Amino acid sequence: MNVLVCVKQVPDTTEIKIDPVTNTLIRKGVPSIVNPFDGYALEAAARLKDKDPDINITVVSMGPEAAKEALKECLAVAADDAYLVSGRGFGGSDTLATSYILSEAIKKIEEEKGVKFDAIFCGKQAIDGDTAQVGPEIAEHFDYPQVTYGLTCEATDGKDGLVVVQEGDGDTKKIEVPYPCLVTFTKPSFEPRYPTIKRKLAARKKPINVIGEEDLPNIDKSKIGLKGSPTRVKKTFVPEKREAGLIINEEEAVDSVNKLVDELKKIKAL
Amino acid sequence: MDPKTKDLWVFIETDENGDAVPVGLELLNPGRELADKQGGKLVAAVIGKDVDKAVEAAGKHGADQVIVIDGDEYKDYTTDAYSKALYYLVDKYAPTTMMVGATPLGRDLAPRVSSRLQTGLTADCTSVDIDEDTGNIAWTRPAFGGNLMATILCPDHRPQIGTVRPGVFKKGEEVENKAEVIKEDFHVAPEDIRTKILEVIQEEGGAGVDLQGAEYIVSGGRGVGSAEGFKVIEDLADALGGVVGSSRAAVDNGWITHAHQVGQTGKTVGPKIYIACGISGAIQHVAGIGSSDMIIAINKDPEAPIFNVADYGIVGDLFEVVPALTEAVKKEKGLA
Repeated sequence: MNVLVCVKQVPDTTEIKIDPVTNTLIRKGVPSIVNPFDGYALEAAARLKDKDPDINITVVSMGPEAAKEALKECLAVAADDAYLVSGRGFGGSDTLATSYILSEAIKKIEEEKGVKFDAIFCGKQAIDGDTAQVGPEIAEHFDYPQVTYGLTCEATDGKDGLVVVQEGDGDTKKIEVPYPCLVTFTKPSFEPRYPTIKRKLAARKKPINVIGEEDLPNIDKSKIGLKGSPTRVKKTFVPEKREAGLIINEEEAVDSVNKLVDELKKIKAL
Repeated sequence: MDPKTKDLWVFIETDENGDAVPVGLELLNPGRELADKQGGKLVAAVIGKDVDKAVEAAGKHGADQVIVIDGDEYKDYTTDAYSKALYYLVDKYAPTTMMVGATPLGRDLAPRVSSRLQTGLTADCTSVDIDEDTGNIAWTRPAFGGNLMATILCPDHRPQIGTVRPGVFKKGEEVENKAEVIKEDFHVAPEDIRTKILEVIQEEGGAGVDLQGAEYIVSGGRGVGSAEGFKVIEDLADALGGVVGSSRAAVDNGWITHAHQVGQTGKTVGPKIYIACGISGAIQHVAGIGSSDMIIAINKDPEAPIFNVADYGIVGDLFEVVPALTEAVKKEKGLA
């Protein structure tokens, strides 16, 4: 069985700060990480492989040369092979263009490896864009069934598909989906595994295969990059801040509460 | 695709009882004004099983037209059946704009339909307006964990589609139902629905957590310290007739379920009063509470960033302050 995991290298958005003078993002010194949700997708693939060691796990990422670091990390954690999709013409792509490029690259990887991926795993969303669109859009390009918001998965008894536990709004569902399929993953109740030293050393020696524009000669150029993207960013801005209000700091909690209740009564909020 | 119309569509998600989920009706409110500005009709697209109540509700919330697909195969949501049905409707009627609630269902469905239509989609919007320069819809959404807002246009492709966060807009006043109802007989063969729901497991305390409809929300964060610690939070929520919320830290620690989570990766809420207890106020949390009428923060750290966005803040131990506040609320209500 062959599993493909799509990963994105993202800035650690919990470390991002806003420059109070220029009102822009300070990205300097912000570490690049593997998008955490993609890490959960890789962990799901690794857990399938724990049960069935014959499973081959490939990771693919679209991004600049620097994204090789993210792929190395995935190799160290659980992946067998890694591909970077990189090219000038791919820059500026929105989710539709990105999913198209990735789909074409996935077909190329399948051709090179001489396999068909039974399952494509993605993170639910990337923490920089938060769109949650690229996964379902890849599924659409292949006309594959999809399950989003996966927590865990296991192979069906007949090994012809997956049973995915899906996080819902106040419930969870068990959903059966046949191969080939696409599943996106959210945060499960467990922490993903860390790489062993041995795997880390092995990953360093593994090649990262690069797929450039020249490797995808049949790609429709009108559907990639900024020009091929239906959406445009008109502007970005820092969200409006609410004003700080009245801070109450009495010695005794009861006094603070009484003061608050008096204030709320004044404006008839209570 | 060329739009045949100037119509603005709102996708009305339905639940297993055939009722409209709130976000669809919420979106009809800004939808009315946007449709008028675009010079087209406000159309509600309803898909589900036995959805008469949802159709009626859409009319009462201002839709000029309600287009309905009703069938057994739509009782439970499946990507395959719903994407085929919604694609069929959009392809046939060609609206210029479509809004979909950014619920788990909406965020599963919308990218399938938008990419089948080869058009642009903007996810998880918190504001929708008309771009004055071009007349396109200006979709505004948080990015980088809520640190930055981005306004997105879809200039050359139609329909322009966006998912909009529940709780951002409030439902409008009910009006006289004048909607024209069109029933479309569209069915999906069982063999074309490739996923199968084997089991639905209700989360303990998960069902009925209506954060988005709540007037009062009392949320606990890292400062609550344990699952047992949430007792004081629940007591205050009960006294107010409100709902218990939480920060991501409390969920990650396993003290409370994800259904209670407020913020960028949880729910966006807009209650009358939001009380944040032991929550430091990370930007990801603050991003989800911006439409609250009033924010009250209780935290023992006077430097906690939550105080920068709170209308009222009490510096103190939440395990002393919150029970005292509960008693005070009960007293005001004549319950103690």
